[in-house]
Amino acid sequence: MLDYTKISLENGLDVIVHEDHRCPIVAVNLWYHVGSKNESPGRTGLAHLFEHLMFEGSAHHDSGYFAPLQQAGGALNGSTNCDRTNYWEAVPTSALDLALWLESDRMGYLLPALTAAKFENQRNVVLNERRQHYENQPYGMALMALMAAVFPTAHHPYHWTTIGESVDVRAATLEEAHAFFRTYYHPGNASLALAGDVETRPVLEKVRRYFEEIPAGPVVPPVAEGAGPMVLNEAPPDGIRLLLEDRVELPRLYLAWRTPRLFGTGDAGMDMVAEVLAGGKTSRLYRTLVHERRIATDVSAAQNSRELAGWFCITATAAPGHELYELEQVIGDELAALADAGPDAGEIERGLAQVEAQFVYRLQTVGGFNGRSDQLNAYNVYTGDPGFMTQDRERYRETTPALVRELAAGQLSGGRVALSIVPDGSANRALAGSTPAEVS
Amino acid sequence: MTPGIDRSRLPEPELLPTVRFPSVRVARLSSGLAMRTVEHPGVPVVTFLLTMPVGSASDPAGQAGLAALTADLFDEGSDARTALELHAALDRIGARLGTAVGSDTTMVSLTTLSRCAVEGLALLAEIVARPRFDETDVDRVRDLRLSRLRQLRTVPGAVADRIFLESLYPGHPYGHLGIGTATSLAGLTAANVVWFHQAAYQLGSATLIAVGALTHDAFVEAAEQAFDDVPVRAADDAVVVDPARLGPPGPPLARLVLVDRPGAVQSEVRVGHVAAARRTPDYHALQVLNMTLGGQFVSRLNLSLREEKGYTYGVRTAFDCRLAPGPFTMQGSVQSGATAEVVGEVLAQLAAIGGDRPVTPAELDLARAALTRGFARGFETAGQVARAVAQLVIHGLPENYYDRFVMRVEAVDALAVTAAANVHLHANRAVAVVVGPADQIASGLRALDLGDPARMDP
Repeated sequence: MLDYTKISLENGLDVIVHEDHRCPIVAVNLWYHVGSKNESPGRTGLAHLFEHLMFEGSAHHDSGYFAPLQQAGGALNGSTNCDRTNYWEAVPTSALDLALWLESDRMGYLLPALTAAKFENQRNVVLNERRQHYENQPYGMALMALMAAVFPTAHHPYHWTTIGESVDVRAATLEEAHAFFRTYYHPGNASLALAGDVETRPVLEKVRRYFEEIPAGPVVPPVAEGAGPMVLNEAPPDGIRLLLEDRVELPRLYLAWRTPRLFGTGDAGMDMVAEVLAGGKTSRLYRTLVHERRIATDVSAAQNSRELAGWFCITATAAPGHELYELEQVIGDELAALADAGPDAGEIERGLAQVEAQFVYRLQTVGGFNGRSDQLNAYNVYTGDPGFMTQDRERYRETTPALVRELAAGQLSGGRVALSIVPDGSANRALAGSTPAEVS
Repeated sequence: MTPGIDRSRLPEPELLPTVRFPSVRVARLSSGLAMRTVEHPGVPVVTFLLTMPVGSASDPAGQAGLAALTADLFDEGSDARTALELHAALDRIGARLGTAVGSDTTMVSLTTLSRCAVEGLALLAEIVARPRFDETDVDRVRDLRLSRLRQLRTVPGAVADRIFLESLYPGHPYGHLGIGTATSLAGLTAANVVWFHQAAYQLGSATLIAVGALTHDAFVEAAEQAFDDVPVRAADDAVVVDPARLGPPGPPLARLVLVDRPGAVQSEVRVGHVAAARRTPDYHALQVLNMTLGGQFVSRLNLSLREEKGYTYGVRTAFDCRLAPGPFTMQGSVQSGATAEVVGEVLAQLAAIGGDRPVTPAELDLARAALTRGFARGFETAGQVARAVAQLVIHGLPENYYDRFVMRVEAVDALAVTAAANVHLHANRAVAVVVGPADQIASGLRALDLGDPARMDP
């Protein structure tokens, strides 16, 4: 669906160029194949904290990265998840050299500029990010409890969240940050995508000039799920039941299962299961819970596809005067109905129309999160093929009512985690038999 | 190996010619509906946006939340279809429907694939002009909004926003959030909604904006077809937001408002006051001022409070320039122990930028460049272009406004920024709203010379 050219430099850096001459801007997008899955228990949050440090200056430009790029009319940002860390700049085409200069400088020459003072400052910023987005938000600790329960072995790479444990972030050291950089931040563990108003051949030459001088780094061994027992799948049929008391007005129920990994067999089908269950107002759960019975204020479902494993989650909030066990009952009935009779042709047709349109909407921007450059890098890092978008879309087109039925029956049966988040002091409003989850 | 590059200094980007905003064409349909079209080829996507000069400032006294409730009910069925049938039709064309109710305007937008343009427009017409408003649907949606309101009481940012507006605009149409209050919302009925729709959401006062991979003529033809049998008459003057009628807000309720959130690890902070309307002649100087003070990452407040002190994940400022004077707001979430120091610093910085620390040449250069050189990025998607055109319509700006924007920002000098700060920033009457752990922060706040904190419930 997108034309591109891909080369690999001698130092291992993948370079992808996509021409799009609609607008005189170019997107520079750089992925490092490292995320919180590369951390270990007691040392969580480092990948994300490290991302912050990448904006604080490098050997030849030892001050913030925002000023020169904003001065040039650029936008920039970065993000970390469990599998990867990405950085991007969207700049007027005349500022391409500036963006490449800066990206190559922090890939090749970060450490001389990475000081204790910067490290302490960004540690505090990250602790405040955690307070703002998790600790001080209603339902904000749900993800911590879910990850720990859905991936229950302590060493599973998804057992903890990307923001990390506060105690670990506080304990992180400058030396660990330096070691992290040497291990993961080098050309062989990175993929650079350029999209926008550029000509492929000269721009590849330009990239060579900036990046070829950076030495190849150590080979990064792949992260595995580990050999530990998948405790979850041995849980009793009614699953694991957890509760959290929180500063909330209405109780909320999370039901979660282990599912296929990103691009694994059944992954796209689980997206369609989510669509049929809770995608929009015609979906089965919205219709039943929110529209007809009015026992919930909202419901959502998502297949969270990750590199090593996936997990599926249904989330619903109880309407005033209603309890989570009512929601659990109705959701259970709807899942059973879907597993029994499958969706009708209209549901699949509507779901596919939505998915097809999303693929087109995502082509509208060249830069930023989920723009063309980010998608090319995602496909390249996860499949080795930047052009995988075509196969990706094909996966959805192959979805049939029979497949959705089969997945609903097979994936959403045993081994379930049910998390109840209830108002402080109302532990009795959790699903019966729930035990307190441990989060901090 | 190709020769290395010079790392002794940063490359200096040359200035590119200014990007022109795509041409906006004006049309009027045979029914009388006003239209703007922009041809935006490349990706086969179209965005339609209807903007109407009615918003939450149009809510009748005692009925706060009526405009937003009515707009929320647009997609809950039409005279021809139930809500579920309507959404099935939207799903079949992969459409994204959005409704946004601001203080001054309501926008309903629909994005779909170009090949579904005619069907999408017909659905938009059906949604806005012929909503169903069944009593059971009105009750259901009102109850959902009441639940939402209840949930917002535990979201510190939402509490701060609500109380900040109430404090700045006591008794004024800008003094409430679109969603209204528990009391006002609970009293709203289907009859209120039907009346408001009749009075307010009328196409004679609306403008239809079409942007995307179709030609001007194709857009107009599709709209003629879709809006063929739709009545076009003007909204009642009484509900159209008219700055002349809004009147000035009274004095703020207090200089310092504290909402207790026991044990909270951060304080949610708002500092500001009523400031400027969109038509203020120094609007562009105001934008440069804001960029320097708190409108971007490398602004004074964010660099100090985040990058030097590490008190926060980030803070920002904005002048919300509405039809009538809107709020200037500094907002941020800061670690509880630093609350009073942050409020004190914000007030000091508000005063300094118009006083003993005027904008420096480097700051001026950076702020102007950030506003002008990144201009093209803001017009990449059909939705972005449609929203930009809506601003022209709402504020009566000329069609070539965006082409003149760059020039006008570049003409802003240091004196103009200082003047704008003196006219529009007032540290000495700014209001601070803090949602945080009172037992930890009250005594520090008292020392700020803003008087004893007024205590409010979340």
